[in-house]
Amino acid sequence: MLNLFNISISFLHDPLSLFFVFTILLISLPSVIYSLGYLKGEYSLKKRFYGLTLFTIFVISMCLVVTVDNALMFLICWELMSLVSYFLVIFDHENEKSIRAGTIYVVMMHIGTAFIAAAFLIMYKHAGSFDFAALKAACQSMPIATKNLLFVFFLLGFGTKAGIVPLHIWLPLAHPQAPSHISSLMSGVMIKTAIYGIIRFIIFVLGVSSLWWGNLVLILAAFSCLIGVIYALMEHDIKKLLAYHSVENIGIILLGVGACMVFLQCNLPYMAVFSLAAGLYHLINHAIFKSLLFLCAGSVYKVTGTRDMEKLGGLIKKMPWTAAAFLMGAMAISALPPLNGFVSEWLILQTFFLGMLKVSGGLKVFFALCAAALALTGGLAAACFVKAFGITFLAMPRSSKAKEAKEVVFSMKAGMVFLSALTLIFGLAAGVIFKVLAAIAQSIVAADAPAMNFSLNNFTLATVSDNPTYLSPLAVALVLVAVMAVTAILVFVVAGKARVKKYGTWDCGYYKLTGRNEYTSTAFSKPFRIAFSFFLRPYRKTEKIRESFYHVKAFKYETFTTPVFKKYIYAPILAITFGSARLMRRIQPGSIHLYIAYIFVTIVTLIIFMKIF
Amino acid sequence: MRTVFSILQIIMLIVIAPLVSGLITKIKNNVRLRRGQSVFQPYYNLAKLFSKEEVISEHTSWIFSVTPYVVFASTVTALFLVPTFIAKNPQGCMGDLFLLVFILSLGRFFLALAGLDSGSAFGGMGSSREMFISSFAEPAAILVFFAVSLSAGSTNLGAVTTGGFRLSWLVAAVSLLLVVLAETSRIPVDNQETHLELTMVHEAMILEYSGRSLALIELASYVKQIVFFSLLGAIVWPCMAAASAGYAEIIAALAAYLLKIAGLVLVVALVEVSLAKMRLFRVVDFLYFSFVIALVAVIAAVFGV
Repeated sequence: MLNLFNISISFLHDPLSLFFVFTILLISLPSVIYSLGYLKGEYSLKKRFYGLTLFTIFVISMCLVVTVDNALMFLICWELMSLVSYFLVIFDHENEKSIRAGTIYVVMMHIGTAFIAAAFLIMYKHAGSFDFAALKAACQSMPIATKNLLFVFFLLGFGTKAGIVPLHIWLPLAHPQAPSHISSLMSGVMIKTAIYGIIRFIIFVLGVSSLWWGNLVLILAAFSCLIGVIYALMEHDIKKLLAYHSVENIGIILLGVGACMVFLQCNLPYMAVFSLAAGLYHLINHAIFKSLLFLCAGSVYKVTGTRDMEKLGGLIKKMPWTAAAFLMGAMAISALPPLNGFVSEWLILQTFFLGMLKVSGGLKVFFALCAAALALTGGLAAACFVKAFGITFLAMPRSSKAKEAKEVVFSMKAGMVFLSALTLIFGLAAGVIFKVLAAIAQSIVAADAPAMNFSLNNFTLATVSDNPTYLSPLAVALVLVAVMAVTAILVFVVAGKARVKKYGTWDCGYYKLTGRNEYTSTAFSKPFRIAFSFFLRPYRKTEKIRESFYHVKAFKYETFTTPVFKKYIYAPILAITFGSARLMRRIQPGSIHLYIAYIFVTIVTLIIFMKIF
Repeated sequence: MRTVFSILQIIMLIVIAPLVSGLITKIKNNVRLRRGQSVFQPYYNLAKLFSKEEVISEHTSWIFSVTPYVVFASTVTALFLVPTFIAKNPQGCMGDLFLLVFILSLGRFFLALAGLDSGSAFGGMGSSREMFISSFAEPAAILVFFAVSLSAGSTNLGAVTTGGFRLSWLVAAVSLLLVVLAETSRIPVDNQETHLELTMVHEAMILEYSGRSLALIELASYVKQIVFFSLLGAIVWPCMAAASAGYAEIIAALAAYLLKIAGLVLVVALVEVSLAKMRLFRVVDFLYFSFVIALVAVIAAVFGV
């Protein structure tokens, strides 16, 4: 303990904090290994040193955010984390896009922080201290109206950092602009500190005190899932696509957290522990596969110099390691068995199903709808990653840069392989991991109840009900491998050795297929663009480039979607802000006499004020 | 003993799976007053494909070569999960009804990747459409599983086998039938009989396959069809024998099972001959409709109907 400005700093070491520290360090390790190869050749030695320093401060600040036990210190660390990540976003500050993204990022972060700070000040007024323990005690006797206000402030504040819809607009701008190992940390870990904030301050300190809190979180989460994945489908910038998937996955995590809040209010501690543990499971899973995917995207970017999928293709032959790692990440995020994403999505589906059995009335149907939203999200995410992997890595290269690609260096491969192995381990060892997570969740929501365990053994999950259901990813994996092996042997026995002839792809009698004939990312997502046109409002620009009146040399076709949130929410707010700023300018004409008059009037007013009151 | 039984059951289902498709084609042809091919034609096709040489595009990668095995394995794994005529042992199994959705999406994911792998625009088109249709079918399928599992209080494999007949289950079955039509590439969603360039979905995706790879993928499609038919049959008429029951009971359950499959064959064949294929974007409405029916089933199940 040290005493600084009369604030005693001490650290939390309860299971929740330790879990977050573990997650942060687990992801930082491969990121830093990867960065050794990634930054080399790209930046000068000085810049690399600067980057590494920022990286270290960033990781330390994140660890501090999840461990301090004092609200004021929390705010300081939170601010430090935001500022350091801002400098990392504008790491390539020669690029105008980076500056723009950084500005939007830092503005959005400070709006969020303002809400969090306001909430802390209100709590301080009741508690007289910034310590979490004192705040928690004070919250017990707070009027419900204040609690509601605090809940909304925390949700807005942390929601901005987490990137829930409609506060997500900074996320797809800022994450792709940072160097890839930073993107992997930002998407994989940093936005999770906001989930920590929600669990710590709303569930733990404040205590859930209305049913609508949980319902609101669930609704926001479901919309984040769907809108995140729909926008991701429309992207052909590979890092932006991944960033939108972070919005989606934060939604999935919050489905678990929101369900936990509902169960707490319904007095179902067993279910609350189960759903929170499911949410935490998805949290660490997302940290693993999203940072993996960002690292792979970074490798592709480093080698080819582009993030535009329409210019890539065929990389699986040039970069087998990166392709295999990306495939693992894509399968995990698409919830395919037996990898980790599948386990946590199954758990969240079970949360809603079991919840339906326990809660009453309209909540039952609401839960079923949440599950349906999750199922739709899962389907769309799978489609999106078929696109991301298929267009980027398969078939023929679409540009000369992609044609000349080479596999990345060892340290980058090491980082990716490490995370790929984790996606498998966190899937197969589901039982033992969920046991630990259940203990963590229990320490937050039902510490005084007898120990709860939902794992049958180290590899099998079980659900809490009279008629339990089991899931063993290891058994699934074994059956899959066994059937594959038996099939391969049987086919060999029955049909003999394979006789294979290599030949060109069927080209309808056309002379020869090139990368230009392939299906593109934009084409792949066309059915989705039409199905969701009520929301995406797509429009297109076509242009004929003519040599002469009779000869059209080229045809340009671009398609766009209307940025609904920017246009209908943020643009009006900005317009109002600028409008009022222009009004304010009228009283600031730059004349020193007038300013002296202002000061004089202010002083006189203050003196009168002091005299009267 | 139980393991041997369940493996035997699965082998039997794989063996009869092509016959189901053969029957559907036969009935369709007969309704159209044609004589049609033999019901065993799918077997002849498979035998022919297994003995043929394979032509593989030079642009493809290892994804293309492993996909037939992944697809087949994932579909057969789904067969382990689906209720047929012997009641599944709910304890100690590897998974539940939800796993069925996830495991089938594993095969679909690889098939869609293989569609893109050859670099042909047909493959890409097929992949895009297949993922499009299935992602809209998934929410309805999940809601159907919610509806049928509510009364048992669990999604384990015992859930569908224990319940008696319920109205909510019948509504769920209607919804699932629509999902099944979409998932098994049947009219009005897709048409297995055509290779017309612009309307293919499933066929476009596997256009580059030949020889034994194609045979495996075709067999996997037949198995997937019987997975869905068994599931639908179990929901409409849950009639199964306990694994410990005597032979007479098991044979009776088997007869009932075959009867259910035959009934579904008839329904699907009649649906196929009496409807026209829809435009691709109408499929969304079709599946929204199925979703709404599934939601009605859930609400009915909540009320205990």
